[in-house]
Amino acid sequence: MKDNKLSNAQIAWRAAQDIADGAYVNLGIGFPEMVARFAPEGREAIFHTENGVLNFGEAPAEGEEDWDLINAGKKAITLKPGAAFFHHADSFAMVRGGHLDVAILGAYEVAETGDLANWSTGRGGVPAVGGAMDLVHGARRIAVVTEHVTKDGRPKLVERCSLPLTGVGCVTRVYTSLAVIDIDANRFVLREKLAHISLEALQALTGAKLVIEGGVSDLVVPEI
Amino acid sequence: MDKRVADLEAALEGVEDGMSVMVGGFGGSGAPIELLHALIDRFRATGSPGRLTLINNNAGNGRVGIAAMIDAGMVERIICSFPRSADPRAFTERYLAGEIGLELVPQGTLAERIRAGGAGIPAFYTPAGLGTALAEGKPTARFEEKSYVLERWLKADVALIKAESADRLGNLTYRRAARNFSPLMAMAAALTIVQATRIVAPGQIDPEAVVTPGIFVDRVVEVPDPQQEEALMRAGVSH
Repeated sequence: MKDNKLSNAQIAWRAAQDIADGAYVNLGIGFPEMVARFAPEGREAIFHTENGVLNFGEAPAEGEEDWDLINAGKKAITLKPGAAFFHHADSFAMVRGGHLDVAILGAYEVAETGDLANWSTGRGGVPAVGGAMDLVHGARRIAVVTEHVTKDGRPKLVERCSLPLTGVGCVTRVYTSLAVIDIDANRFVLREKLAHISLEALQALTGAKLVIEGGVSDLVVPEI
Repeated sequence: MDKRVADLEAALEGVEDGMSVMVGGFGGSGAPIELLHALIDRFRATGSPGRLTLINNNAGNGRVGIAAMIDAGMVERIICSFPRSADPRAFTERYLAGEIGLELVPQGTLAERIRAGGAGIPAFYTPAGLGTALAEGKPTARFEEKSYVLERWLKADVALIKAESADRLGNLTYRRAARNFSPLMAMAAALTIVQATRIVAPGQIDPEAVVTPGIFVDRVVEVPDPQQEEALMRAGVSH
């Protein structure tokens, strides 16, 4: 562990442990894509990408890319046996229609109400939303993987989001570089934290009250 | 019935100033590069078609395809979900200079608006965008204890589509993930123009395998060995 916090790969590993056998999963572009690398042995998860592929696999070797076969992040992918192609309206029927078990997304801010801000820093420039606003309403479980605080040390878990919202009351679990936190009845409920960090220190890095309910486990992740 | 046309110029006849043009593809996957470049060549030679509204998931990448149309000054407005890319200079520069309009639409809403346009459904309710800046001013309604946003159909004068196989009746298949928005756009435009990697005899496409039935297609032009936007971009090509 570096700097006494989890790396992005370790956060992704922890999130992957909660993906059930047989789950249909959408991963947000960027850092959440790493979750696919850590799907536990013996469980078959099927990954969905907005641009119309179910059951895709690893990236191809360099030089082997087929640029007609990409994921929502425009990165080259491969297919697993039993993959399927479909058009965009079917793809978002899978999303909004409640057919995905879990979507794992990145975040700028998450509020204790489950509100998510992950599409606009509100600072001008070119706005871009992609499929995030659809995803937050579709999957049965919306999880977030994120650093616990911003690069300049401000909490990303807050009482109310200050940035433009992606969705209202949608996030159910947050995997951070320090803790695993559920959102239940408009509260952050702490489930796991790194053993070396005290509750007081974790609370000081969190912009809303952490509720303890039925005990807190150590967050244990392998070196990756 | 024969929807085949001899060349790209004939395929693009009737695409005029001020039209709305749906362009198939998601990033480089499914982008109809030859049709787009033929339109640019016509614009450079004749000054038309200009002032276009483009409808696509993205807003161009590098110096080819949609980005090259923006660079050429043909595009007045873009309706899309994600106007960022590996090399978004063409759109970004004009957008920040106030020279191009943007209607930003959540990706699933964009797909469904196009589908609705093709299916004769003037409006629908969706959860996407509820409570966000992108739903401001739009009517909402409650169904089974949840609120939804009213969104309208989206239609266009023209759709430009890249297919893998086509026959003279306009039946289409696509290649891998290059399908994406194209079957929806083919339904939603008054004039649907297709470039196909190969044109085969009717019956050569298994009816079970037809993705876009020919009823949605007006013209088909054969473009063997088509260029791929991402490959062009990585090779540093400018059109």
